[in-house]
Amino acid sequence: MGRVLAVIIWLITLATVILFACKKWWLPAPISNHAAAYDRQFMITMVVVGISFALAQIGFGWVVWKYRDTGDQSRATFSHGSNRLEVLWTVITAVIFITLGVMGQRVWAELRINNAPPGSYSIEVVAQQFQWNFRYAGKDNVFGRTDPTLIDDSALNFVGLDETDPNSKDDAVVSTVAIPVNRPVELILRSKDVIHSFWVPPLRFKQDLVPGMAIRVHFTANRVGKYELACAELCGQLHYKMKSYMLVLPEDEFVALTAMPQAKFQEKITELLAKYELPPN
Amino acid sequence: MSEAHAGAHAHHAPTGFIRKYIFSLDHKVIGIQYILLALVAVLVGMVMSVLMRMNLSWPGTSWPILGTLFPGGAPGGHMGPEFYLSLVTMHGTIMVFFVLTTAPQGGFGNYFLPIQIGAEDMAFPVLNMMSFWVTFVGFVVILAAIFFSGSTATVGPIGGWTGYAPLSAIGKIAGPGQGLGMDLWIISIAIFCVGSLLGALNFITTLLNMRTKGMTLMRMPLTCWAWFTTAVLALLSFPVLLGGGILLLLDRMAGTSFFIPGGLYVSGVLSGNSPDFPLHTGGSPILWQHLFWFFGHPEVYIAILPGMGATSHILSTFARKPVFGYRAMVFAIFAIGLLGFFVWGHHMFISGMSPYSAIAFSVLTLSIGVPSAVKTFNWIGTLWGGRIRFTTPMLFAIGFASLFVAGGISGLILGQSSLDLAMHDTYIVPGHFHLVMGVASIFGMFAATYFWFPKMFGRMMSEKLGKFHFWITFVGVYAIFIPMHVMGIQGMPRRYSEFTEYRFLDSLRPLVIFVTIAAIITVIVQLVFYFNFVWSLFRGQKVTSDNPWEATTLEWVTSTPPPHDNFGGHLPTVYRGPYEFAVPGAPKDYMMQTEPHDAEVPAGLGEGTGNGHNGHQH
Repeated sequence: MGRVLAVIIWLITLATVILFACKKWWLPAPISNHAAAYDRQFMITMVVVGISFALAQIGFGWVVWKYRDTGDQSRATFSHGSNRLEVLWTVITAVIFITLGVMGQRVWAELRINNAPPGSYSIEVVAQQFQWNFRYAGKDNVFGRTDPTLIDDSALNFVGLDETDPNSKDDAVVSTVAIPVNRPVELILRSKDVIHSFWVPPLRFKQDLVPGMAIRVHFTANRVGKYELACAELCGQLHYKMKSYMLVLPEDEFVALTAMPQAKFQEKITELLAKYELPPN
Repeated sequence: MSEAHAGAHAHHAPTGFIRKYIFSLDHKVIGIQYILLALVAVLVGMVMSVLMRMNLSWPGTSWPILGTLFPGGAPGGHMGPEFYLSLVTMHGTIMVFFVLTTAPQGGFGNYFLPIQIGAEDMAFPVLNMMSFWVTFVGFVVILAAIFFSGSTATVGPIGGWTGYAPLSAIGKIAGPGQGLGMDLWIISIAIFCVGSLLGALNFITTLLNMRTKGMTLMRMPLTCWAWFTTAVLALLSFPVLLGGGILLLLDRMAGTSFFIPGGLYVSGVLSGNSPDFPLHTGGSPILWQHLFWFFGHPEVYIAILPGMGATSHILSTFARKPVFGYRAMVFAIFAIGLLGFFVWGHHMFISGMSPYSAIAFSVLTLSIGVPSAVKTFNWIGTLWGGRIRFTTPMLFAIGFASLFVAGGISGLILGQSSLDLAMHDTYIVPGHFHLVMGVASIFGMFAATYFWFPKMFGRMMSEKLGKFHFWITFVGVYAIFIPMHVMGIQGMPRRYSEFTEYRFLDSLRPLVIFVTIAAIITVIVQLVFYFNFVWSLFRGQKVTSDNPWEATTLEWVTSTPPPHDNFGGHLPTVYRGPYEFAVPGAPKDYMMQTEPHDAEVPAGLGEGTGNGHNGHQH
């Protein structure tokens, strides 16, 4: 019985390690500047996790194989433990785990503690149940005034834009987000109703949009293309299809897009959506 | 209260059926009631998980039986997204509260803590009875939430077991599943909090005040340490959830705004412009998350600590060897319990809370891996050099240790704020917590059931069926939850009723189907456990000894099943630590805690390591 258990534990361990190591299912190809550091930290962590997992399971298998009761009359070793061993493995795991934890703050600090670098392009994201709205400031680079009392979905004023504010004149609200490649982007995340979450897997980036808050986050995308944008926080019945796309555009294409008048903006984005293809899956 | 207290200690067993089996003051009967409640609840939760898997694997399929059972929720047998999401919510709530919190603590803890410390009953028997029946009412209310959702289109509330505000706070305007069902869901949890608090007070008082002569703290079985720590966690965390739940209910029913900010615009209506959506202003959605997770993270340890206790206990018993590092194990339980209160923020890295606090939460979270690793090392140390007897409870205890490592270790990934940027709310999270707080805890309870069944009912469970149950379940749960980790790494989001909308998820389809098949097989095999349980109650082999496993602690000293006052009027005296196996020179390979010292051989043998035995000397 002990040997069967050992073999099964080892086979499960082997299958698990192969499932992870074959990378048939893995992180999507990265498209952001911080992804390299992210992936490095992820791999270091996976190696520590993998080795700890495998060693512990091999250890369990080993002891149940080796120390099974074989029916002779001998007794187990009488021992209540070893303080030296306790101190040793406490210190070793503490050093490894806490080092890992401290290293794991690097990407976080770069993205969340530091402000958006100067020259970042700002886009406002306003989520609502099962729909994404993205607002561009237009040529003046100033967002017009908004007010929740002006929101009127049926009149397509999704963000409550105040048309009387001159800064609003060139603001465009669209349903797909387009960002420039290799230029820092700052998103101002808002929600009209419940909590949503902005999730683009190849970007290695996720942030909740919380009603009542304007959360500023930033990142730099470095690969042109079209990517799926998902909601990652349960927001109600149709959460699973609260979908949009993120277009990462070459600088010239992006500049041309944002120079479009309000009325033409969405049309142009739709055109670009058709032009680019999703990365191979 | 004092009258009832005195009455229960007069040791007259009640004679009427109702006082004996229904409104019983006997901690053993109450423990069995909790276990039966959990056995019913877990069946409901498992059926829900299979329905979810079926919908994920074959979306859009018509399941005629569903249409018959839920004509409103699944018209024509077709599961809608709201039906799926209410399954998610109810599965999580029922499993976490009514299974993982009831069976390990209210069930086995209630039954065996007083016996293992040599007490006649719990300190407050009436409180104990109330804690069960309050919990039972909570269960009735949560079942009611399934059927009275306030909308014909669903089978219950939609909010996940975490019920994030404002989705859970603004009522019907937020869509299906936010009406009466959500009210009942909150009320059920509030009731459950009260029941758990009553139980926790009782556990703590009993353990501190009612230990028998010679039962020093450091001679207690590790199970008692685990139940005690769990009770302290429950005492400190459930009031916070109760408070949060009351505030949430007020937001829904009294028009307050604890969790609802101003200016919300939901389903085409601005807050204040409709009687369905009164004016709200000034609340914080993130406050709910803090209150919820301040409870929610300790809850994880409430679920698993008793399993750790049972595992340590059973590993030592069947390895025929003292627990390795008893003292370190006690400290590790404490450290896990204590750190468990400082890490709730790791559920909220991307919630919009301060990024600085995320750093503190992250590093503290990684450090909780240290006492967890200490426990793992000590389990291996306990088995090392043993003479392992592979009984069914032993197999499940080893399974617990294996699953605890497999599930816990991915906490090193999820606990890092940076890595959470991509991993948060993907399938790696359910993979992680199901392995560790879900199935590892359940394995601890399976081990406990097979181990203590002969003491509770005087009959053995079938070892043959038990082993069959173990092999399939052990492989099955790995097959279900390990693939979820790679799904998450690829980015698959949680709580999606189907994966049809996103191309980046298409390549995961074979894994999704594989997991579903593994889940269906594993769930079916659980019926073998139910059969074994019921069959053994009536037909199981009768025990011929009060100590069939040759174990050392006090529950094996008394008769089988234990009498109403546990020890027949003669409380035992304890002379030694709980795990004295393979003592050199002793006549048998185990020494009961009640064996006096002159039964021992040459003084000095086996001493000197100082890890727990003869704890009174330290």
